[in-house]
Parts: sequence; structure tokens; C-alpha cells
Amino acid sequence: MSAAERMQRQQNRTAWLFLLPLIIALFGVAIWPLARSIFFSFTDAFLDAPANYGFVGIDNFIAVAEDPVFWRAVKNTLFFTVISVGLETLLGLAIALLLHRAFVGRGIVRAAILVPWAMPMVVSTRIWEWMLNDQFGLVNELLVTLGLVEKGIAWTAEPSLILYTVIFIDVWVTTPFMVLLILAGLQLIPEEIYEAAEVSGVPHWKRFWSITLPLATPAIGVAMLFRTLDALRMFDLSYVLAANNENTMTMSIYARDQLISFQDLGLGSAASTWVFMIIGLIAIVIVGALRLDRTTG
Amino acid sequence: MAMTTTAPARRYSNSTYRTIRRVRTFGLYVGVAAVLVYMLFPYYWAIVSSTKSGQALYQFSLLPSPDFSNYWQLFHNPVFMGALVNSGLVAFASTMISLVIGILAAYALGRLHFSPGRIILIAVLMISIFPQVVVLSGMFEVIGWLGLYNRPSALIVSYLILTLPFTTWILTSFIRDLPTELEEAALIDGCSRLRVLTHVLLPLMGPAIASTGLLSFILAWNEFLFALTFILTDENRTVPVAIGLLTGSSRYEYPFGQIMAASVTVTLPLLVLVLIFQRKIVAGLTSGAVKG
Repeated sequence: MSAAERMQRQQNRTAWLFLLPLIIALFGVAIWPLARSIFFSFTDAFLDAPANYGFVGIDNFIAVAEDPVFWRAVKNTLFFTVISVGLETLLGLAIALLLHRAFVGRGIVRAAILVPWAMPMVVSTRIWEWMLNDQFGLVNELLVTLGLVEKGIAWTAEPSLILYTVIFIDVWVTTPFMVLLILAGLQLIPEEIYEAAEVSGVPHWKRFWSITLPLATPAIGVAMLFRTLDALRMFDLSYVLAANNENTMTMSIYARDQLISFQDLGLGSAASTWVFMIIGLIAIVIVGALRLDRTTG
Repeated sequence: MAMTTTAPARRYSNSTYRTIRRVRTFGLYVGVAAVLVYMLFPYYWAIVSSTKSGQALYQFSLLPSPDFSNYWQLFHNPVFMGALVNSGLVAFASTMISLVIGILAAYALGRLHFSPGRIILIAVLMISIFPQVVVLSGMFEVIGWLGLYNRPSALIVSYLILTLPFTTWILTSFIRDLPTELEEAALIDGCSRLRVLTHVLLPLMGPAIASTGLLSFILAWNEFLFALTFILTDENRTVPVAIGLLTGSSRYEYPFGQIMAASVTVTLPLLVLVLIFQRKIVAGLTSGAVKG
């Protein structure tokens, strides 16, 4: 055995040793629980006595698929994800372009926009719930004063409005994250390209379309992927604002309801396995579309 | 449009050009001001509302009033104070565990030439995008086996699924950015890998560890689903759940002043830390994502 081989083997041993705590911990909190969740989805176990189960095949999966409430939750989640990630991307791009320019106090502004992002989602939800209160909320007061509406709108109670309210709050919370990632992407674009374009007299809008946008696309794509996967598992915002109101119920709320509120371990696990499969499928489609494997090397 | 100051088009006279530039600068500041109001006003309004009680809460003045009764009540509320302590402990403990495990793993993944490393890194990334609800039933069982149900330590364990992939991923990309010369010198001198990590790399990683730790602390401090599910009794709750479940004695008696005071209290420490470490945080957030 050559010295180089011996060194490589020793390095491998060291690497496994350093990775051991990570592997054990992630096995304990992620892989094993995931496997058990999938396992339970084929049983009729209940939460109070999980050891007491029988196998029921795919009955639970069928039961979830036949529940209109589940499909309502899927529809809500997808609608929420598409609209809010779309709006966050546009708003995030606009704000990033603005903050990318040089102005006095830029550092402070960049720090300040982290505020909504650093708050617990529960807190943001509560603050907006208060501002959007139908009788005493600031937003309605403002609208009434300006004469735009005659009396306050029940933003958080009106079934046709509440999902839009959820989207609005989510956009406020997560736009800073989008801004930061897009800003980082913009900073990677070399200044020389713009100088060259300017010298050749390329107009502003064309510089944006054919330089800024294409070169920032990888950063925007990654940011959108993260936000999409995050939005698809959204739980706290809807739960705090409306608990299990069917107009805002997300897939995660539906699955947790079956599992914890109804104590149905089998059915709840099947619901969460459905969620897992739906999100997994969407992730595969997006990663394929973005060809992330290429852009991030 | 984005980064260069605009060049004067030749057909404009100097004074026209100056006017255009002034208008542009003015527009920029108006835009920045609008962004700041949009991002910050809700928190400001929470502060204003938290200093009002009774009828004053329903009058719309933009300035806070010197009425701290909401805070006084909050700080004499044993459930809320207990929740603050629980949140702090849980977030601190899971961050510390994640940092130690994450630093070890990041060294192996970032520095050792190790072929399964890439697969492990991808697996870690995939775990970080798991919908939490999918591990809920299995995690419930694990918590039961460990005898931790309804204890704050149940959250320390379960939060590792959030914080550990995050710290590992970000620290790996930080370690890759560090120069290798110092370590190589130490290795030639016969240092063990662990000693290289603790004596050469660790001192260099201070800022990275601080920002990663802070981000992981925020993740754990803000978590809601596990905290809602694994904790049954009020005295063991964390702050987000305490605020999430805070309701008045009736639907029409919603304690918004109290809720706003609690919201301000919970967010303030995070904001102070975020503002102090903002550069590092931005670096941490973007290093994993944009650099890949």
C-alpha cells in the first residue's frame, strides 16, 4: 500500500469520525421519525396507544384522498404558495434594485429591513391581526378616514378575504429574505458590464432586461426555491390567525389536526406522507426546471 | 439602471442634467423611505399600542403614551416569564449542540478529501427542506421513548432537525472560504486533525460561528409547530406558543394591549442582536444560498 493510499484511508477514517455525531443526530431526529411516520401511515394506530396497531394497507391514504377538506387544504396551500412567492419575488427584486444603489445610510436601511424577518411568525401575525382588526384596526381607520370605505372591512373574518390577508402578512414577513438573497446576487454582477453597456449607449430598460435580470436569475431562482418549499409547509401563520378555518387551512394544519386533535396516528401519518410526496414532487419539478445542479455546481 | 450612476446623454445641457439627477436622487430617497415605512411601521405600531390600555388603545394617536401597565402585568405574569425562560433555554441549548456537531461535520465536509461528503451534504440539505409535519408522528414516538413529553428538553432534541442542517451547511461553506496554509503547516508539524480544528481553525471561525449561532438561535426561538405539539401545560410553553394561544375571556375582550407588549418584548432581544450582527447575518444567509 502506497503512502498516498494510507493517507487517504486515514483521512476517510477521520472524516467518518467527525461526521458521526451529525449522522447519529440526524438519524434520530429526521430519518428515523420520517421512517416511522411512513410506517404508521399503513396502520390503524391511535396516538394514545401507538404500540397497539394492525396493518390496514393503503386504506389511510385512500381515506385522506377521499376527504374534500384535505383537497381544500392542498388548494389553499398551492394558491398561497404561488401568489405569495410571486409577489415576494417581484417586491423583493424591486426593493433589492433600489437598495443596490448608493445612498447615504444604505447600511442602516439594509439592517432595518431585517426586522420583519427576525420576528417570530406568531408575533407578526398578531401585530397584523391587530392592525387589520375590523373595528379598532389602524388600516380600517385609515381607509374610513380617506373615504375609501364606509365601514371597516373584516379582513381576518370574511371568508373571501382571509386567505388574501394570510398572503399579505406572509409577503410582509418574508420579503426581506428575498431582498437579501437577490441583493447578494446583484453584487456578483461585475460593474464592467454596465460600464461597457453605457459606453455603447444601451438604454436603461435594456440594460435591466439583458444584463441585470439574466445574471441575477440564478440567485432569484435559488431564493424562489427556498421560499416555495418554505411556503408549502406553512403552519403557524394560518394556525394563529384562524386555527382550523377551512378557508385558510394548509396541508400541514390538516395533517396535524388528524394526528393530534383527532389522535388518529394512522390517518395523520398518511396525511403527512401525502404532504411529503406532494412537496417532494414539486421540489423535483422546480429543481429540474431551474437546473439547479448546474447553476450551483 | 441598478448600480451605475447614469451618464449624461449628450443632447442635454448641464442644467437639465442637474435637474434630472436631482429628481432621480429625490425619487431614490422617497423609495427608500417608503420601504422603511412598510418594513418598520407595524413594529412601531405594536410599540405604540403596547403603551396603551383601556379606551386609549382604541384612539389613533401615532405617539406612544407613558402607560406601562401592559408591561407591568406581563412581567408579573408567571406563565409569560416562564415561557421566556423556556424559550431562552431551549433555543440556547439546541444552538450549542448544533454548533458543536456542525463544526465537526463542517470540517470533515469542507476540508477532508472525502468522497461520500457530497452525498452527505445533499442529504443534509434535503432534511432542511422537510416539511416538519412529516416527522411529527415519528418524532412524537421518539420523544415518548426518551421520556421527554411535555418537557422543554423535548424541544431541544426536536429542534435539531431545524438547526443542525442549517449550521452544518453554512459552516461548511465558511470553512471552504478559509485559507488552508496555516492548517497545512500545523499538519506537517504533526498536529492531529482535531487539534488543527480546535487550535487553528476555530479561532479564525469566531465571526462565522457567532452569526451561524445567532441565526440558529432565531430559528429555534421562533419555532411554533413542535412547541405547540410536544408541550401540554402552560408552564412548559415557549413564547411563540404562549403568544399564539393568548386570548381574552371572551371573543370581544381581546387583550391586544397585552399581546402587543408581549410581542415587543419577545422581538426586542432578537432585533438588538440582528442590528449588531447584521453584516455577519447577511453573509451567513447568503453564503449557503447564492454561492452554493
